[in-house]
Amino acid sequence: MKVSPDIARIKRLKQSIAFAVFRLTSYLIVAVLFVILAFIIVRGASAISWEFLTAMPAEGMTQGGIYPAIIGTLLLVLGSMLFAFPIGVLSGIYINEYTKDGVLKRFIKLMTNNLAGIPSIVFGLFGMSLFVNTLDFGDSILAGSLTLGLLALPVVIRTTEESLKAVDNNFRHGSYALGATKLQTIRRVVLPISLPNILTGLILSIGRVSGETAPILFTVAVYSISHLPHSIYDQVMALPYHLYVITTSGTNIEESRPMAYGTALVLIVIVLLVNLLANAFRRYFGNKVKMN
Amino acid sequence: MIMSKIETHKVDLYYGEFHALKGVTISIQPNTVTAFIGPSGCGKSTYLRLFNRMNDLIDNVKITGSVLVDGKDIYDKRADVDDLRKNVGMVFQKPNPFPKSIFENVAYGLRVNGINDSAYVESKVEQSLKQAALWEEVKDKLKKSAFELSGGQQQRLCIARALAIEPSVILMDEPASALDPISTAKIEELIYELKKNYTIVIVTHNMQQAGRVSDKTGFFYLGELIEYDDTKIIFTNPKNPRTENYITGRFG
Repeated sequence: MKVSPDIARIKRLKQSIAFAVFRLTSYLIVAVLFVILAFIIVRGASAISWEFLTAMPAEGMTQGGIYPAIIGTLLLVLGSMLFAFPIGVLSGIYINEYTKDGVLKRFIKLMTNNLAGIPSIVFGLFGMSLFVNTLDFGDSILAGSLTLGLLALPVVIRTTEESLKAVDNNFRHGSYALGATKLQTIRRVVLPISLPNILTGLILSIGRVSGETAPILFTVAVYSISHLPHSIYDQVMALPYHLYVITTSGTNIEESRPMAYGTALVLIVIVLLVNLLANAFRRYFGNKVKMN
Repeated sequence: MIMSKIETHKVDLYYGEFHALKGVTISIQPNTVTAFIGPSGCGKSTYLRLFNRMNDLIDNVKITGSVLVDGKDIYDKRADVDDLRKNVGMVFQKPNPFPKSIFENVAYGLRVNGINDSAYVESKVEQSLKQAALWEEVKDKLKKSAFELSGGQQQRLCIARALAIEPSVILMDEPASALDPISTAKIEELIYELKKNYTIVIVTHNMQQAGRVSDKTGFFYLGELIEYDDTKIIFTNPKNPRTENYITGRFG
């Protein structure tokens, strides 16, 4: 069969048009990201100073710094991860390694996915009802961390599950064939191989948790507090909530605008750092484990 | 008469509805090499995996009939599958060393079986690597990742790994199909050496290989063991026409 030169030309033309469109959309996304970053940096950079990072707020949020909000966010991230990491990783292992394909597995996976789809404000409401009121933790780091932990849980479970699924069955079979039990195989062979991916997922979920506002709204966050927390039953300020209040309901919104952009910049930088850390982690462990 | 090392009696195996093995009866003598040949999907690998119960790992498998190793029914409810796998080692088609050092790969079987005495582990690792004809090539880099070895070396490492826990049977599932001709020749030499101390059962696609390494050969077709006899007879004077057709390359 002989293809006419016309058809060949049209095929090539169609292909160039298609790829031009693909290229355009991906450049567009990068451009949008840059615009957002540039906007925040331009508006916020002037607010950043050593004092801004290390001082308490003053003069109704128009002066001083955001030190307690930074500490608060770090504490909440730490608390939520202490809760979500172990539970999430263990259930991920259970789902992927122990349950057989069937109704139970499908049900658990469906529920995990549904959990991931619940709006974060609903988590906040639930956290308030369960942790703050029923369990009587009050508005506290504990209640806020648990609520944020619940939010992170499905992400952690899914990442763990996917990382384990990616481990070639050949490794498992090689281990079983030497008389190793399932638990030994998971601990000594499967987990070390999947660890870089699991850790990456965990760190990415930190990025998500540190930016959430709704779940901490009713469970921990406070508009302004003059001291750092003394125990896990104390309230704290947090960056996203701080940003929200000084933008919408401060005593002098206009005057505290630079502070708002400064806060946004700090929040973005923290999330960015966490993501970079995730990448570095994966490279480091990836080299150590060396899959081929 | 010597007791058979491995014996199966009228074994049927189903994957769900699929009837993968049909009434297979066999008796394998100790210190022999037995090869199973046959076209893809004929059940030879499935049959090999009966002997260390690797088929247990697949959902929806049903097995009837009996499989005896050293005279004991390995599918008995009281049988310990981890113990069985210590006694019946396996080498897989694709070399599958663990992402650990060369040393730790060989030591793995010892460690999971609770042996941690470092002097013993060290001597056992050395001995196993020597048995697998790999010692000279790796003795200076035992701490290096096993992934730095070539495919053929990785496969010999997997053999050393299996030998370290002192099995009496070694199952090999197309152990050389992913290797180059030189590595393949090394594996075959190794099989010949290992026969003195072990009972070896090998599945292979390569008929010349079966002819070179084995004492007995079984020909599988569509889940049935069509013919099982001395390798010489199977390759020169098979009784069943289907065996002859396969051997001479008329189908397969």
